Amino acid sequence: MTDAAHRHHRIEGIAAPIAIANLDTDQIMPKQFLRGIDKTGLAQGVLWDLRFHGDGSPREDFVLNRPVYAGTRILIADSNFGCGSSREHAVWGLQQYGIDAVIAPSFGEIFYSNAMNNRLLAVMLPEPQVRALLDAALTSAEPLRIDIDVRRLEVRSPLGTSAFALSDRHRTMFVEGLDLIGASLTHQAAIEAFAQRHWAAQPWVRDVARRTKERLDRLSSRPAESQGPVRTKIESSRQHGDHA
Amino acid sequence: MTARTLYRKLVDAHTVARLDEQNVLLFCDLHLMNEYTSPQAFAGLYAQGRGVPMPGQNVAVVSHIIPTHPTAIRVIADPASARQASNLKKNCDHFHIPLFDTNDALQGIEHVVAPEHGMIRPGMVVICGDSHTTTYGALGTLGFGIGTSEVEHVLATQTLVYRLARDMRIRIDGALPSGTTAKDLVLMIISRIGAQGARGFVVEFCGTTIDAMSIEARFTLCNMAVEAGARGALIAPDPVAVEYVLARAPDIDGGLREAALAHWATLHSDRNATFEIEHRFDATEVPPYVTWGTSPDQAVAITGVVPVAEGAQRASIEQAQRYTSLAAGTPLEGLPVQHVFIGSCTNARIEDLRAVARVVGDRRVAAGVRAMVVPGSGAVRAQAESEGIAARLVRAGFEWRQPGCSMCLAMNDDVLPPGTRCASTTNRNFEGRQGRGAITHLMSPAMAAAAALTGRITDVRKLETLE
Repeated sequence: MTDAAHRHHRIEGIAAPIAIANLDTDQIMPKQFLRGIDKTGLAQGVLWDLRFHGDGSPREDFVLNRPVYAGTRILIADSNFGCGSSREHAVWGLQQYGIDAVIAPSFGEIFYSNAMNNRLLAVMLPEPQVRALLDAALTSAEPLRIDIDVRRLEVRSPLGTSAFALSDRHRTMFVEGLDLIGASLTHQAAIEAFAQRHWAAQPWVRDVARRTKERLDRLSSRPAESQGPVRTKIESSRQHGDHA
Repeated sequence: MTARTLYRKLVDAHTVARLDEQNVLLFCDLHLMNEYTSPQAFAGLYAQGRGVPMPGQNVAVVSHIIPTHPTAIRVIADPASARQASNLKKNCDHFHIPLFDTNDALQGIEHVVAPEHGMIRPGMVVICGDSHTTTYGALGTLGFGIGTSEVEHVLATQTLVYRLARDMRIRIDGALPSGTTAKDLVLMIISRIGAQGARGFVVEFCGTTIDAMSIEARFTLCNMAVEAGARGALIAPDPVAVEYVLARAPDIDGGLREAALAHWATLHSDRNATFEIEHRFDATEVPPYVTWGTSPDQAVAITGVVPVAEGAQRASIEQAQRYTSLAAGTPLEGLPVQHVFIGSCTNARIEDLRAVARVVGDRRVAAGVRAMVVPGSGAVRAQAESEGIAARLVRAGFEWRQPGCSMCLAMNDDVLPPGTRCASTTNRNFEGRQGRGAITHLMSPAMAAAAALTGRITDVRKLETLE
């Protein structure tokens, strides 16, 4: 998604109803699409089993496959959307598919953080309001159009205007595209000082991973270098752009 | 000072800075990584020219994509998966992060490997790009799953911007009956409070049932708290937990040991601490539990039947009934299964495999059933072999495989064909999780073993078991 798309602070467009409670991230982005080392190519995997039959042909009855829903920007979903696995691929995929916002009564906790960290707008509305939107979208011949105003924290639809809540932090992240890591790195000195105090009080947590792995390697007297044949095999399949 | 919950104590003890009303900058003692949720985080570091300031607080394990064929040297045949493994190695080498690589003898599921070698210690904050990081609550450690953006944040800063959770306590008293395990208990709890019942909360488990549990059982319980939506699970460390950790952390000795014990003794909720929600359960009459549907809260007692689709859950129940080909009123007991999977970060520790072996005894896997055992780690596998468990299971007709996440999420080549019904010791029965169109019934290792022997979902209490 481009930054330009966010300058408007508005997401306006077709809203597709997906009335499935507890729609987990395994369904949003199935396992076979998780083998990359970058974020690309995930649009095709979105809601794969719902969008396609086992033979790969589209399920024409599924809402996103109906021609009038081409260009859907918003999903109206049921409660606990994005529960389950932490895979951020679910968020990347939705965005690559063209989804800029999901409206639901509630979200899986990790999905919610992932969404906000990528500026996929997760809008929580009270369940009766979401139910009304779902019903309206499911029963109307024409797709419902929804207009989300992030500045005013309002969802506008033919049913009326609903206010939604967003923490100040998340609103800023969405509107301005905060570099969260950059912001946290301004605390670098405080983090280092904290770590020194923390480790002085609890020396047993300092370098716990490195010290444990070194101990195990000493015990097994199997230095990493001796893991020969397979490493060679794996490295031989290495391709360009491994770092990316 | 006001009374605090254990959760608040752990957050306070790791707060570098308070960012606003809801968020703190939280120091993370240990960051675990795997091959599939970390690559884009490392790519972000390279792109921004950022480093990893505290590599010794991070560790990586190849766990999700690894094949589990019982070969001595493991070769990842799928080129994309092999690239994830080689990429992880390259990234770990570059940033000096310790790695349990594909053919490390101790490789396995990250949540099995880390605690069994003493890396998880009471009072720590442990995060991982994997939702089942809640497992570590069993040791009085605040563990929770994060996304890849947050993986990058932790690598670059050893901290997280952390939104505070709410406090819930679940008290469970009484002795679990024979034939019932922590898995049955947690399935029962999730079925009662729902897949969202703990959403937004960190759950502290307590009560006499918990006190009597082994650490392995506590891992199972805390592992599945996330299936009720919990952002974390905690059990105050007791002598059982302390003993578990000290036996695996030889570096904590002498004076350090005294200091550690003194610190860990403070890790409990204060007497007057308040919890926003409290639940109580009685363990004494919990039967074995089995899921029937496609969400972990769609579970019933083994003596139960598939529910009628009604009430607020009507649409979900109908959809789950369609997917699992089970009509309302169908008894769970007696349902034929074609596959049995024993594995995962929920139930693939040595105690789980011992339970399987006790049920199996000298019997054989039923004709027409493919039964796989995927130990949680190389150490678990070796231990089971030294105890004769592996030989017993192989004799019975089980496949004795190499460790990994395997068919819990079927990211490697352990994938079920459509229509297959599987008795599984894993944590998620989501649609398509173990393979498109495959049907997962979650249950305990003992129950899965019973299903393997009879070819049907079976009440393990009706089988004669060893000891």
